[in-house]
Amino acid sequence: MSRVLVGVKRVIDYAVKVRVKPDHSGVVTDGVKHSMNPFCEIAVEEAVKLKEKKLFKEVVAVSCGPAQATETIRTALAMGCDRGIHVEVTGKDYESLGPLQVSKIFAALAKKEEASLVILGKQAIDDDCNQTGQMTAALLDWPQGTFASEVEIEGDKVKVVREIDGGLETIKINMPAVVTADLRLNTPRYATLPNIMKAKKKKIANMKPADLGVDIVSRLEVLRVDEPPTRLAGVKVETVDDLVAKLKESGTI
Amino acid sequence: RPPCALLLRGGLLVPCCYGAASLCSAVTGRPPCALLLRGGLLVPCYFILFCFQAECFPYPEISNEELEEINSFVAPVEKFFAEDVDSKRIDHEAKIPPETLNGLKELGLFGIQVPEEYGGLGLSNTMYARLGEIISLDGSIAVTLAAHQAIGLKGLLIAGSEEQKAKYLPKLASGEHVAAFCLTEPGSGSDAASIQTKASLSEDGKTYLLNGSKIWISNGGFADVMTVFARTEVVGEDGVKKDKISAFIVERAFGGVTSGKPEDKLGIRGSNTCEVSFDNCPVPVENVIGEVGGGFKVAMNILNSGRFSMGSAGAGMIKKLIEMTAEYAGSRRQFGKHLSEFGMIQEKFAVMAQNAFVMESMAYLTAGMMDRPGLSDCSLEAAMVKVFSSEGGWVCVSEALQVLGGLGYTKNYPYERYLRDCRILLIFEGTNEILRMYIALTGLQYAGKVFTDKIKKMKKGNVGVVSEMLGKRLGEMFGRSRDLGLTGTDGVVHPALADSAKKLEQNVVHFGSTVESLLYRYGKTIVDEQLILKRVADILINLYAMTAVLSRSSRSISIGLRNHDHEVLLANTFCTDAFFKNNYWMTQLQKNSLENQDENIKKIARQVLEKRSYICSHPLDRTF
Repeated sequence: MSRVLVGVKRVIDYAVKVRVKPDHSGVVTDGVKHSMNPFCEIAVEEAVKLKEKKLFKEVVAVSCGPAQATETIRTALAMGCDRGIHVEVTGKDYESLGPLQVSKIFAALAKKEEASLVILGKQAIDDDCNQTGQMTAALLDWPQGTFASEVEIEGDKVKVVREIDGGLETIKINMPAVVTADLRLNTPRYATLPNIMKAKKKKIANMKPADLGVDIVSRLEVLRVDEPPTRLAGVKVETVDDLVAKLKESGTI
Repeated sequence: RPPCALLLRGGLLVPCCYGAASLCSAVTGRPPCALLLRGGLLVPCYFILFCFQAECFPYPEISNEELEEINSFVAPVEKFFAEDVDSKRIDHEAKIPPETLNGLKELGLFGIQVPEEYGGLGLSNTMYARLGEIISLDGSIAVTLAAHQAIGLKGLLIAGSEEQKAKYLPKLASGEHVAAFCLTEPGSGSDAASIQTKASLSEDGKTYLLNGSKIWISNGGFADVMTVFARTEVVGEDGVKKDKISAFIVERAFGGVTSGKPEDKLGIRGSNTCEVSFDNCPVPVENVIGEVGGGFKVAMNILNSGRFSMGSAGAGMIKKLIEMTAEYAGSRRQFGKHLSEFGMIQEKFAVMAQNAFVMESMAYLTAGMMDRPGLSDCSLEAAMVKVFSSEGGWVCVSEALQVLGGLGYTKNYPYERYLRDCRILLIFEGTNEILRMYIALTGLQYAGKVFTDKIKKMKKGNVGVVSEMLGKRLGEMFGRSRDLGLTGTDGVVHPALADSAKKLEQNVVHFGSTVESLLYRYGKTIVDEQLILKRVADILINLYAMTAVLSRSSRSISIGLRNHDHEVLLANTFCTDAFFKNNYWMTQLQKNSLENQDENIKKIARQVLEKRSYICSHPLDRTF
């Protein structure tokens, strides 16, 4: 019962300059550097910290995707997770995989693994959906603490400080629960080379969505992907009056 | 030994020239090498290719598992260097901040090649080279780590006893103790065999007292464990007492060890370099590495084993420079065009790409050979990699800086720091001048032994030998080039590279006769002809580079790696360039060559050095 499930997503590395495919069906991923979603790193760090505080016995890292997703799981294992689960989704299914399907998979796994806590990153830096955590909680009918910048376990409840537009909101929710990690929750540790070597001995189970009884057909169809319009050079003005005139001219005010 | 053979097409067996391969192995103690053709036919390599051990084809590969492992290592190291290493600050303050050093220790980078049982990562030479590509992004860190593990503790790895390893390696691998390599002295740099530091054995035979001074010691200011080389009295087999060099593990904690103040250097300023003095430092006899009196060999083995990684370090740095510089060239506009549209700028990128390609190919070929069981002495190949990479790196950094123009010259951009950091590569780990001598003489040594006999006979006027040589020469002149098995249906080089492979073959054959002629003309005195040896070395380096590049791109095409057609382009361009350079040098090496101005060069040097200044009268001077 004392188990944490952490979701990790393999995304295009944050430092890479993303380019749109010539047929506008998506972005170029072939040969492009990928790494773990930064918010997922923060989620893993939090889960491992909770285990190190002896509040949980086991941390399981989960990723949905093609074979390369195991690399991301390995990184999570090197950061301190105990074992991994790779839910294999490939080809066109992977291209159309979105928060709804992933949250179904996580919900099924959370039940199967009898997890007390599911920690995810608040959003992925490739699609910026910010939906998976919330959907997972809803499917499980579990409470959710999203945009967490602080997480504290108090008995069988979780105290979450959330970053919201107006400031910070502190809530207390019952476990089992879903928490999504925001930027300031922690600073993820480096997967050190000795730990990466030790992680090689940890197990990664392999399964398909069908094994969990999950249907991953997408309800969305991507019509077209375009680059944002190129930013034009700015214009310098001499006085405030000039500035006001230019703003009026462009219809902004 | 059984005579080796050249299997010609058509099944005619011809004894290989001068029993080359068998003599070669008798001299070098290495197995006769061969080019393995497809179909398993062994062909003894033409003598020059003996230097490049047979296993240059196919290009070495690592298993999928190893590849996955090394890629999983690359990511956190890259991340650390991108986010937690402030190279500008390290250079400015001439110090690596303790937090950064700790981060490196925690990552496990202090024990990359220390076996797992002693707490290290136990990685192969290939993996070490791969990590070197990332670590080289900061020169000071790269040198600090290399001084610690590529040479500082390497003695323990290659010649240490089990007790010594168990005692010292664990703390060295974790970085709790840092190592240093103490060989060079004020009076002994390149001439390492002339060191004067003494280790005298105590009366009870249990301790050596170490006395002397070492300079230019990287990590010398804070190393806890040092590999120190000193002269010890050894009684030879003939009963004569000699002072031979021994290697010692010396702990700062033994006492009597003082470090001077850090040198203020042009580059790698964050790396600590200083004098280390030993004043009656007591070293237990158990701390001798290897045999007493066998220290020089240990030193050479240590230095030879670390050299190859300069290739991948250089390649890593150039690849980074290409990215940074291309960004600029693609956005900066002058005369209504992007810089990238101008020919002279484009040429610089071609030079950088070719250099990175060759360095990578050579480095991983050498590392792969070193990792193969039973073939660990690649000191000649490593030396060639070092010379090419240090000079190629220097040229490329300078060209990259040039693209940025005035901006490249300022400290706002990292180019000037890369340039300053790079300059040391031609100096340490064996100056390029010394290494060229080593490369040339090793290549000539075996040839010399083979030909000495023939040459003696020739000088005595033995007609048979003379006509043999003449016949061969004529054959070559009329284009009957020696088939080394690189091209054709059984060739090991992919058909797309056939032209370049033919150029390599031609060069090799031509070089063979060039060397023959040199040895005949100079005999043993060739050791003093540095300007000749320099050309010999440069040709050898080019030949190895061409081989590495052809091997690597053959594999890339065969397995369909991404962008292999670009590799073919790079390979062919480099090989053509090297081919013509080699030909020119070989022309200069011919007897009475008009292209050779060595006599004039030496004369000029003599006259200048005699007066220790420029001796021309000033152009404005008058005589009346």
